[in-house]
Amino acid sequence: MNRRMMRHLYMVPYVVWILVFVITPILLVLYYSFFDIHGNFSIINYERFFTPVYLKLTINSFWYAFLITFISLLVAYPTAYLLVKTRHKQLWLLLIIVPSWINLLLKAYAFIGIFGAYGAANQFLEFIGVGARQLLFTDFSFVFVAVYIFIPFMILPIFNALNGLNPALVDAANDLGASKWTTFARVIFPLTIDGVKTGCQVVFIPALSLFMLTRLIAGNRVITLGTAIEQHFLVTQDWGMGSTVAVFLILIMFVMIRLTGFRRRGV
Amino acid sequence: MRSNTNSFAKLFLIIIFLILYAPIFYLMIYSFNSGGSMSGFDGFTLDWYRELLGDTRMLIIVLNTIVIALLSALIATIIGTFGAIGIHSLKRNKNSVLSLNNVLIVSPDVIIGASFLILFTIAGIRLGFYSVLLSHIAFSIPIVVLMVLPKLAEMNSSLIDAARDLGATRWDVFTKVIFPSITPGIFAGFFMALTYSLDDFAVTFFVTGNGFSTLSVEIYSMARQGVSLTINALSTVLFLFTLLLVGIYYILTQRGGFRVGGWLRR
Repeated sequence: MNRRMMRHLYMVPYVVWILVFVITPILLVLYYSFFDIHGNFSIINYERFFTPVYLKLTINSFWYAFLITFISLLVAYPTAYLLVKTRHKQLWLLLIIVPSWINLLLKAYAFIGIFGAYGAANQFLEFIGVGARQLLFTDFSFVFVAVYIFIPFMILPIFNALNGLNPALVDAANDLGASKWTTFARVIFPLTIDGVKTGCQVVFIPALSLFMLTRLIAGNRVITLGTAIEQHFLVTQDWGMGSTVAVFLILIMFVMIRLTGFRRRGV
Repeated sequence: MRSNTNSFAKLFLIIIFLILYAPIFYLMIYSFNSGGSMSGFDGFTLDWYRELLGDTRMLIIVLNTIVIALLSALIATIIGTFGAIGIHSLKRNKNSVLSLNNVLIVSPDVIIGASFLILFTIAGIRLGFYSVLLSHIAFSIPIVVLMVLPKLAEMNSSLIDAARDLGATRWDVFTKVIFPSITPGIFAGFFMALTYSLDDFAVTFFVTGNGFSTLSVEIYSMARQGVSLTINALSTVLFLFTLLLVGIYYILTQRGGFRVGGWLRR
């Protein structure tokens, strides 16, 4: 018995990690969601969550996350499709990924300059005759910057799916007289749907919970579930309500993963 | 027709690359602006770099960030590697352990940050260096496990049996058989953990106290106060550093044969 215990000693840190940093935090969030701001046990937070204020926030958050995911997909699919066909495609892919290595905050900060009142975007608008306008602190700038940040994460899994596609299948479809569109809609897209699902998963869940972009770029005009959690935990100190929002975010996360299946980023 | 679609494809890709890189170069170009804002280039100056170098507080924050990244990546790699070996040797429940392993990878950063904040408060750990270090170790472990597991699966298990038959101790088996064959996975895991840590903002933002800050958190609080070209100078330095890491990674991939795909960060 003792010998067997010794043999598994090397796993102790990992098991401790699972217990302390995976299971306990989720239970703690669940536990805290049943306490109001004065520390009394109650379900008032859940009642508050189902009031129009929070429901509207949730729907808004979903809408923005959906929009961000959808636009990312619209841009990423053709990009990945064209990338696969280039020579030196791994090098080009690396170049697509490099911007995702730059600190997120710096990219958001760049857009404060670009979308600023006298920034490059407004100079361009002036130049083409549209005229300068307020860009920063609008819904548009929020969605644009979020899509900018997430695009590499969407391109990569789709690229890998397209790259793994057997070209003989496309040739066969062509030989059998399928038009380009039919080949795409009936052969290529269905066979790369796993890549699309992975991309949607790795964009949608973070998009629901972005909070620093809503502060820096959207100027608190857009409030997502993530912003609400941050607000409750770090500003109003109402950990109970923050935990309640977190519980719902965790539930949504599990539903999303069930729908799309767990996949690691980039596989 | 064919050349037509080809040039359209090229144009599309060029536009995508332009959009992806424009903001980064925009930042770097204005780091040389003597005007003090990110609109209208007044003249060339290196003042912002001088200011950055003279800023002891910033240098300490850079050091903090690097120390946290190296330490957390190292510890996470050790725990994660042994965890992966343990998972690999499991006969039953492999999938449930893997699901638990993956929870922190798919969780939004805000959830990780908020739940760790509760955890540290209850455990009585003061918010600061140790809480940030522990969090970074915690969210890096599952990545290391996922990088090491495929290498373990590729390993030929009869090698271990052979070593045992020939009288190797368990320690010998580990250092002479298992470890050499999973080294590429361990290195990949270490590098991934390093970059996750360097790039993290949300989790650190939640669990850091008053006296301790990392680069991401510092950039956030600077950016909230508006444009300061010191951040631009910092971004140039970080971009060059990133390119260096990419270079190292590229050399590693040429030798180790693992894919670009594993390198995406949150």
